Amino acid sequence: MTALNEIKKSLLVSIWFMFLTFPIMVIKVNTVEQTISWRWNRLAAVGIGSFCLSFVWRYMLKRKETGAKKTALGNGGELSAVQRLLQNPRFFKPALLATAVFALIYPFYFSMYQVNIMTTALIYVILGLGLNIVVGLAGLLDLGYVAFYAVGAYSYALLHIHFGLGFWACLPIGAGLAMMFGIVLGFPVLRLRGDYLAIVTLGFGEIIRLILENWNAFSYGPSGIANIPRPGLFGMHLTIHQSLIYIYFIMVAIVVFTIFVVRRLQDSRIGRAWIALREDEVACQATGIDKTKTKLSAFALGATWAGMGGVVFAAKTTFINPASFTIWESVMILCIVVLGGMGSILGVILGALILMLLPEYMRAFSEYRMLLFAAALVVMMVFRPNGIISAVRRNYEFKGTNEKETA
Amino acid sequence: MDPVLDIKQLTMDFGGLRALDHIDLDVKAGEIAALIGPNGAGKTTFFNCITGIYKPTQGDMFISPGGKNRIRINGLKPNQVTERGMARTFQNIRLFQNMTVLENVMMGRHCRMRAGIPGAVFRNKATREEEKRVVQESYEILEKIGLEQFVNEFAKNLPYGAQRRLEIARAMATEPFILLLDEPAAGMNNQETSELDQLVLKIREEEHISILLIEHDMKFVMSLSDRIFVMDYGKKIAQGTPQEIKSNPAVIRAYLGEDVDA
Repeated sequence: MTALNEIKKSLLVSIWFMFLTFPIMVIKVNTVEQTISWRWNRLAAVGIGSFCLSFVWRYMLKRKETGAKKTALGNGGELSAVQRLLQNPRFFKPALLATAVFALIYPFYFSMYQVNIMTTALIYVILGLGLNIVVGLAGLLDLGYVAFYAVGAYSYALLHIHFGLGFWACLPIGAGLAMMFGIVLGFPVLRLRGDYLAIVTLGFGEIIRLILENWNAFSYGPSGIANIPRPGLFGMHLTIHQSLIYIYFIMVAIVVFTIFVVRRLQDSRIGRAWIALREDEVACQATGIDKTKTKLSAFALGATWAGMGGVVFAAKTTFINPASFTIWESVMILCIVVLGGMGSILGVILGALILMLLPEYMRAFSEYRMLLFAAALVVMMVFRPNGIISAVRRNYEFKGTNEKETA
Repeated sequence: MDPVLDIKQLTMDFGGLRALDHIDLDVKAGEIAALIGPNGAGKTTFFNCITGIYKPTQGDMFISPGGKNRIRINGLKPNQVTERGMARTFQNIRLFQNMTVLENVMMGRHCRMRAGIPGAVFRNKATREEEKRVVQESYEILEKIGLEQFVNEFAKNLPYGAQRRLEIARAMATEPFILLLDEPAAGMNNQETSELDQLVLKIREEEHISILLIEHDMKFVMSLSDRIFVMDYGKKIAQGTPQEIKSNPAVIRAYLGEDVDA
């Protein structure tokens, strides 16, 4: 009975679509020969296509609803199959080892191009993890994140031009400067939340980009800065190929460092304060948490990683200009966080790899990239609003032994 | 001995509206005081003023933890007020929904913890021990409140009455000397209310925490409180023991309206 009903509804959808697309898909007017050709086969294609899509969509929604009903009864969170696998140490350890081995031998088995795009993807991994602190944990929607990325990149480029500083000196300086900018942005937006915060951060991102574009004396304007040196290795001379591999390993190290730090932060007093801030700002303050400190630390730490990413980006491409730091980059990083799973480290890593690598491997479909991207976002938001891998942390917690002692 | 909470001439204006009009109120150590009044009388505004969420237009607010060291709390931020030992709950439950019950209580201990960012990253001995201690203490608080069977549940999955109690547990975790409860019994059934009754008494007896509560459930208020303050239209219209309040004509008028024939 319900199946029949569903078919009926899908049929209606397909008829509606056929009607809507009729003028553009079916009628073709040839203005030269003054003829009209009727492409009825297209009408059939639209009809069948929309019927199938609508049916599948309905089916998935149904399944999701019944699934939600089931999990709502269980205690606490709903763990996906992936998470259950990861919590099993017998699977987790070998998987971690395999990933590590793969990461180590990767540059020696794949071409320069592959290493290059992987390095870019890894930069986005740390950008995603950094933004994850701000958006995923502290719940502050930051649309100007790319500004800190730009600060990092330009601080390396400019410090190199003016003071001849190298990559290793600039890495901490770039991170530190970005952190300061994070605090600078943090102060005025302390009272804002939600949409208002998003607008102000969006404006901040644009301000930084416009300054870089227009203040020629400072940033060399739209023409950018070229000949930024790649990172040095004890003064050795490296070929381009070698230094690409070198940058790749630097990135792997930074990613490992980032995961280490973010994991520990999440699971600490300050990490819990971020999550509490996301959950309820008023209650958070009334519970004795300093809102100012908590917000500023989230902004500052998030920005730090963007700054580091910026320095590596400048070193990798050896050329930067403001066009690399448009709002589109911010949106991309935000998508990584949202698609991957807000507050989930593994989710963000996967999100970054998927969103950065897939377009490279699917160059054949590059014309449809935006379309597929949008479709993926819509499907994700409907079926997995928590992202590919939803955050586990708030669920597992450090318990067990402590409680048994008291009981 | 000073009263633990001493409010003098508290006034709060929202534009042209005077929500609180020269309110005097004090809570003595170990006392259960109640603030009652019809809807819109300004009770929650009063709470928001003394906990630093609103900035009062006029008046002085003092607290003296343990009856000494009188401190003026005008202009303090909500978290600073909590740090100084005045904790509160909310009328519409404000828990950290997507955190576990234990974590909610641990948040209450936040202001009694020291670990900063370096501590979190390096996880030195002091941080690890602090963390362990806090989990332990939080669990003990849950036991006292009677929520230990829910430790690992998300706060949002708790039954309503348990959510109210969890809010109290979270407030207790901040080590207050006075607890402000904003309609703790709202929406509870009879059994839950009587359990709450026991809980409030237990908090007073065992933890020696003074309590100021807003409540509409008259049976609850009358049986529990030592003194009652009555507000109407932003003014304090009466104060006294439950017996005095019951027979106070001003209070009856505020609740039942003017007698037309009189």
